[in-house]
Order: sequence, then C-alpha cells, then structure tokens
Amino acid sequence: MGGELAVDGLCVAYGRTEVLFDVDLLVPSGSLVCLMGRNGVGKSTLLNAVAGLLPRTRGSIRFDGAEVSGVRAHKRARMGIGYVPQGHAVFPQLTAMENLLVVLERAGRSDRSVLDEVLDIFPALATLLDRPAGLLSGGQAKQLAIARALVTRPKLLVLDEPTEGIQPSIIHEIEDTIAALHATTGMTMLLVEQYVEFALRLADRYAVMDGGHIVSAGTTTDVDLTAFNDLLAV
Amino acid sequence: MEALLEQIFNGVSLGSILLIVALGLSFSFGQMGVINMAHGELIMIGAYTPYFLQSESGWFDGGAAGTAFVVALPLGFLAAGLVGVAMERTLLRRMVGRPLDTLLVTFGVSLILQQAARDTFGAPNVDVVSPTWLTGRWELLGVVMPHRRLFIIALVMLAVAALSAFLATRPEGRRMRAVMQNRDLAEVSGLSTRRVDRTTFFLGSALAGLAGVAVSLVGSVGSQVGTGYIVDAFLVVIVGGLGKLRGAIVGALALGLLNAFSEFWTSASIGKAVVFVAVIAFLQFRPNGLVSFRTRGLVA
Ligand SMILES: Nc1ncnc2c1ncn2[C@@H]1O[C@H](COP(=O)(O)OP(=O)(O)O)[C@@H](O)[C@H]1O
Ligand SMILES: [Mg+2]
Repeated sequence: MGGELAVDGLCVAYGRTEVLFDVDLLVPSGSLVCLMGRNGVGKSTLLNAVAGLLPRTRGSIRFDGAEVSGVRAHKRARMGIGYVPQGHAVFPQLTAMENLLVVLERAGRSDRSVLDEVLDIFPALATLLDRPAGLLSGGQAKQLAIARALVTRPKLLVLDEPTEGIQPSIIHEIEDTIAALHATTGMTMLLVEQYVEFALRLADRYAVMDGGHIVSAGTTTDVDLTAFNDLLAV
Repeated sequence: MEALLEQIFNGVSLGSILLIVALGLSFSFGQMGVINMAHGELIMIGAYTPYFLQSESGWFDGGAAGTAFVVALPLGFLAAGLVGVAMERTLLRRMVGRPLDTLLVTFGVSLILQQAARDTFGAPNVDVVSPTWLTGRWELLGVVMPHRRLFIIALVMLAVAALSAFLATRPEGRRMRAVMQNRDLAEVSGLSTRRVDRTTFFLGSALAGLAGVAVSLVGSVGSQVGTGYIVDAFLVVIVGGLGKLRGAIVGALALGLLNAFSEFWTSASIGKAVVFVAVIAFLQFRPNGLVSFRTRGLVA
C-alpha cells in the first residue's frame, strides 16, 4: 500500500511573506486525512509544497520514509504523489482523452488498462472524451482532474477542495466516488474540504489550520467540532 | 488589377516567412516566458548554411549548387535547432518565467552570434546561388510569380502542416501543448517540463533556421539578415496571440499583406509606420490577440 506522508516543521514563504509556520502533519499509510480551515489560512500552500510546486524555507517532507523536499514536482508525481489542485485543474485545450493520455504516455508506458479503470470510476467521462476540457462543466472538469491524477496510479492522492464551486447534485456524486475509492482501494488520501460533515464522515484523522499554523489535529472519533466552529466558519 | 494581385502574392510570400519565424518566438514565450532576441540570429545561421555548403565547404564544387541548397534545408534546420537548445541548456532554463532577464541575455547572445558570423564569413554580404530549377517564373493573370517565392510558400505550408500534425498526434506534441497550457499542472502530473522545454526550443529554433535557408533565396545574406524579420515576427506574435497556431497564421498573413500594400501605396519607411499604427489600433480592441489564450499557473 504505502503512501505515508510526514510533514515536519515546514515553513513556506511567497517571497518574503511567510505563509506556513512550523507545520506538522502526518498522513499514515492507508488513512484518509482531512485538512480544514477558513479561506486563506494556508491549506493550498501546504498542498502545493507537498506536491513540489513551492519550495520550503525550513522543515522536511517525507514520503514513504524518503525525504522529498528537494525533489522536483514531476519526480514526486512519479514516486506516487497524485495531486488534484484547487480550481479548474485540467489542460483546457486538450480533449478529455488527451488530458488522460498525456499523463499516461509520459514514460512510454503502453499499459492502457488504467484508462479503463478510471473510466469505470467516472463513467460520465466516457461520453465526453472528445470534448476539449475547457468546455466541460465544473463537475465534469473536476472528475477529469481526479481521473488524471489516478492515471498515474498514485499511492497518495491529494485533493484540494474537490467539491468547491460545483452544483450540489454533482457534489454528492464526487463525494461518493472519493469515499468508494478510499474504501475499495485503501488508497492513502489527504483531502481539503469545506463541508465539515462530509469530511468527518469520511476521514480517519483531521487537522485544522489557522493563520499558517496547524491549530488542532487528531482522530475523527473523538473530535468535538463545536470547539472550533469559529475556525471553520467560511 | 495585376498590381493588386501582385501585392497580394508578395504579401503572402512575406507572411509565410514571418509565420515560421513567429511560431518559434511564440512557442518559447508561451511555454517558458522567454523573449528570444537571438531568434533572428537563428535565421542567420539557417541563411548562411547554403552559402557555407556552396562556397566554403568545397563539398559541392562543379555545378552542384542546387544539391547544396537541398542539403542546406535539413542541415540549417538542425544547426539552428542545436544552437537554440545549447542556448536553452546553458542560459535560458535558469530564467524560466523571467521575460526581462531573457530579453537582455538573448540580446547579448544575438550580438555575439552576429560577430561570430562576421569573423567566420567576413563582413560583406554574400549571395546564395539559387538552384536552376528555382530560377524561372510563372505568369498567371499577368501576375509574375518567381519560382523561388512559390517554393518558399510551399515550404512553409509543408512545415506548418508537419508541425500541426506533430502537435496534434505525437505524444511529444501533446506534452508541448500541455506544458504550454498549464505548466504547474504538467509538472504535478509527472511531466518533466524541462525536457519538454528542450523539445519546444529545438523546434522553434529549427523552424527559424529553415526560414533562414528560405530567405537566402530572395536576398543577400549577412550578419543582420535576421533582424529585418524579427520585429515583424514579434508583431505577428502580439497580433496572433501566444502559442496559437491559427492566430499566428492569420496574424502573419495580415502583417505580410499589410506590409506589402503599405509599401506599395506609400514609401517603404512610411509603410512600416502604417503597420505599427495598424497593430496598435488592433490591440486597442483585442488586447489578447486574435485568439485569446491564457497560461494558467497553480501557484502564481
Ligand atoms: N501566489 C501567492 N503569492 C503570494 N501570496 C499568496 C499566494 N498564494 C496564496 N498566498 C497567500 O497565502 C495565504 C494562504 O493562501 P492559501 O494557501 O491559498 O489558503 P487556503 O488554501 O487555505 O485558502 C493567503 O494569505 C494568500 O493570500
Ligand atoms: Mg485553497
């Protein structure tokens, strides 16, 4: 299985503006950890640093025991970190099929069975494969973005607000898919989510951020959410 | 009427050269944020290639100038492509996303390459011998169409068709488009953007080299041969929009025609001014070019 992520004492800055302070986060192998917090507290920054898009100023990021903070983003992806960034995370002028192919082809891999697997998970995509990704609806684009990450067969799937800005009817579809994926494959997952009920129903562990710090973390069985209602209010 | 058709023909012929020059500029800027001021010197490398083969190498003596020119087409393509990759490897990849730095550095590279050309081939301009099968002309409806210009148009059409087929169907082409559209997303999907950059830079530079071989047919060759095209090619990029094949084609034709007509009706230097005014006017209502296109990043 694998996919354990251990972030220790991580500090990240945009230029001279420090955004993350001494962040510790553990995502044990096979678990689903939900990261919560209001807008602007640093959740996406943390995920970008984990994926390798932002350099750290201090601290360590270990993936399955190996230090990856100096490793370039595409190498981390090949090691097994799959990332679905916030927003419209597709190549807009590639067709849906090309969005998947471009990832699948990169190492000259000929194994296309993974395509069938992800289309089983997102059957709605099967009829949209020839459409440019930029013309997909928000929900369709999100499914494509998750499918794109799954094509790399990640050990750790990192999802940044997968239900943000999506029609309520499709939110449930995406929630169910994530839940089913975790349940059936046991894939390690790190999820940023604003819908607290959904997050807690799904997650084994949670962490709450505020102002660039992790202010609370633990298992979801003994969480008292009322204690940080003000930290989660959007 | 003949005069009008002749200007259209001249405009298309100039536009076709501008097109392949502009494609390279637009790819490297669209994908890497590199403003390559040395792009004109890649044209120069291409333009000197047939001259080198015909007059300096001694490989094609005894009336084989035409063969030398044919050999120069792939060789100029390759030579300019390799020089471009060398530039990318040594300098530009450290400056991805810093256009102003790349502008200054490539300006320096362009001066060095021009001086190197003068040291190698001498300061005066030189002439390339056209193959005999390109010295004729066609007359259609009273319009004189030299074979050389027809050849250039055909060569560009072929190059653009090959390029778009490459981008549309080859895995490398798909990767280029993906990196151009969203660099960060490509990285986190496991694509090595630096490797893709190398492919892009090779292709863009090689196309400039091919353009250079072509323009050696219609004028003399000197260290400044590329600079004449580069300003107009930048204008094509601005008008056509970044990293867009279709926008570049329309932009190049428009600029070629505009150039041809404005020089026909007015004098050459006023013609240039007219082109600039037209471009500025155009950008007033389409600031993103003909086909608007935005590169997205996840972080910035
Ligand atoms: N590219 C950037 N440059 C500078 N500051 C940024 C950038 N992106 C985000 N920030 C700042 O970093 C902080 C954390 O942002 P972010 O990680 O996106 O928060 P969240 O995902 O929790 O909403 C915010 O104050 C935001 O303004
Ligand atoms: Mg965010």
